[in-house]
Amino acid sequence: MIIRGDEPEQLRLIRKLYKPGNYFMQGNEAVAYGALFAGCRFYAGYPITPSSEIAETMARELPKLGGYYLQMEDEIGSIAAMVGASWTGFKVMTATAGPGFSLMQENLGYAVMTETPLVLVDVQRSGPSTGQATKGAQGDFFQARWGTHGDHPIVAVSPTSGQDAFWETIRAFNIAEKLRTPVVVLFDGVLAHTREQIKIPDIEEVEIAYRKLPQNEEEARLPFGDPHGDGVPPMPLFGHGYFTHVTGSTHKENGLRDVYTPEVHDKLVRRIHRKIEKNREVYEKYEEHFTDDAEILVVSWGVSARPALGAVLRAREEGINVGLFVPKTVHPFPAERMRELGKRVRTILVAEMNLGQMIIEVERYVNDDVLLKGVNKIGGVPLTVEEILREIRGVA
Amino acid sequence: MAKKIYSTYPMVKYLRKEALPTALCPGCGGGTVLNAFANAIDSLKLDPKDLVVVSGIGCSAWIASPYFLADTLHTTHGRAIAFATGVKVGLPDKKVVVISGDGDLASIGGNHLLHAARRNIDITVILVNNFIYGMTGGQVAPTTPFGAKTTTSPYRNIEHPLQISETVAAAGASYVARWTTAHVYQLIESIKKALQVKGFSLVEVISQCPVQFGRRNRMKEPAEMLHWFLKNSVPVSKARNMSPEELEGKFVIGEFVNRERPEFITELNKLIDEVQEHFGLKE
Ligand SMILES: Cc1ncc(C[n+]2csc(CCOP(=O)(O)OP(=O)(O)O)c2C)c(N)n1
Ligand code: SF4
Repeated sequence: MIIRGDEPEQLRLIRKLYKPGNYFMQGNEAVAYGALFAGCRFYAGYPITPSSEIAETMARELPKLGGYYLQMEDEIGSIAAMVGASWTGFKVMTATAGPGFSLMQENLGYAVMTETPLVLVDVQRSGPSTGQATKGAQGDFFQARWGTHGDHPIVAVSPTSGQDAFWETIRAFNIAEKLRTPVVVLFDGVLAHTREQIKIPDIEEVEIAYRKLPQNEEEARLPFGDPHGDGVPPMPLFGHGYFTHVTGSTHKENGLRDVYTPEVHDKLVRRIHRKIEKNREVYEKYEEHFTDDAEILVVSWGVSARPALGAVLRAREEGINVGLFVPKTVHPFPAERMRELGKRVRTILVAEMNLGQMIIEVERYVNDDVLLKGVNKIGGVPLTVEEILREIRGVA
Repeated sequence: MAKKIYSTYPMVKYLRKEALPTALCPGCGGGTVLNAFANAIDSLKLDPKDLVVVSGIGCSAWIASPYFLADTLHTTHGRAIAFATGVKVGLPDKKVVVISGDGDLASIGGNHLLHAARRNIDITVILVNNFIYGMTGGQVAPTTPFGAKTTTSPYRNIEHPLQISETVAAAGASYVARWTTAHVYQLIESIKKALQVKGFSLVEVISQCPVQFGRRNRMKEPAEMLHWFLKNSVPVSKARNMSPEELEGKFVIGEFVNRERPEFITELNKLIDEVQEHFGLKE
């Protein structure tokens, strides 16, 4: 069985095509190159601003690497084709924005239930609905978490710069492969279209993970079992004679449908949750600045984390004891660390380009005696250093 | 010819025994379709290891997934063809077959059906047209005959049915045929042809749903429905000389197209070759 993209031939092609060094490129291009370095060789998508350059870059680059770009008839078809391709051993990705992300939700749930690795980049744009279609935003925090129906875990990462987008996309693939699960990349229209210097490493410097494959017939016959006790079943790929049955309906370990036995549903859905909960070290990631002695804590994510850092640095110069906490994996939330930090500070400011979404998550982990305040901005223009600094001064 | 009585059913070797018996109602045309499909596979001597069968949601979706013993992907309602597209890109040397209902493939999934035909991707679709949404309790479908009764057209259906085979042929498929469950041998031959055609192939099977459709339209017994199919079937060649009025309520059966057109995966791989050649990336 092969996972496409890990053949030595592929490394040779990557080396030949993408020389290490500094490039001037858009965040969207950085996402695409991250995917190519991670081994993505199948992309199915449908154009939507502000994500389209990811599709365009993949359409241009994938054939060079022997990979496949498919422009599907819509977003529903795109994620469906990805799931099909993933079961044949491809590492797969799509990119979209709000309306397309909404259309993908049903099959995102399907990917969770069938434990299909895939990476879904949502370049967040201003909504609701068509909103300010070309402008960036951070309004899909909860859509990523609860957009599809049912009890389900989800992993979502969120890059804070173009350079970070390159590495976070690779990390998203690695998480998807290690945990046999879909991973959402919550990017945004501002960083997607910002051109900046991005360093492309040598492929040797990149950690690349591959999904667990069955080691014997017995493991292959239980595509939804847990033979290793880590909650992650080996994935018997299609086309290898295992007669694997995959369904989004509640299924037993052998894949066959059983929607009537409560225990079967309970066991399956709880294992899928446990697989994410228990493997925190695979995906948990956050950044901290000056949190040791902070009395005020700024919590921010994605595009807003950059002006937030600017504001914290300036406030430090003014002698204000302020720190910054940036979850890089936003779902599941870095609850433990947030709780520790929440105990130490008196004020928390949550800076984001929406009317208050991550702040709801932060609130769950801080005590009542902490002053919690949102620094929010909508309208398609990112928060500035000045705007966040003003709020820090206001609570100092 | 002497009548044979079978005490064993040789096609059972193609079925997933632990999933049996099937959930289909007694007398459902789905059994005939499964039988025809297994016979086609058997007579082509295809190894089920070289098959991936994909289906959506509905009674007809269950015909091959889970019952057929191959790699099977039971997907979301309407999306089977899009899932199958990804599978085919990954496994171009395998036969990728979609078996599902008319509601699934032509209503909610109509867009994927048209575009797969347009692309001419090498997958075979067996579309079971029972004129109704069987699984959800007999609601009106885009194939329900004008005037027929269903649970959501309790007085009569005032919408006109979609002619699926004609539409898919026009969209660009390589092979399109329509039969009924009363034309089993022709159906098997068409499935065999469809499996061998390089390109998008559709076999539409008009099938009885005595429980949801027949019961509400004065054909409670499966046999009554089969008689209805036989009495109203018109071969494609004859239909060409008939007026729309004469064709009202008739089932046009036979092969609609059988032609060679560039196939999607072949073109995709050709393109990749050209690009790699152009950039000097071949060893
Ligand atoms: C998104 C979505 N909408 C609706 C349904 C409910 N649903 C399940 S099967 C079905 C209709 C199936 O009809 P058809 O494809 O004709 O198959 P049949 O049962 O008649 O064989 C519907 C509407 C669903 N599962 N998913
Ligand atoms: S409801 Fe109709 S289509 Fe469904 S299994 Fe019964 S007879 Fe067949």
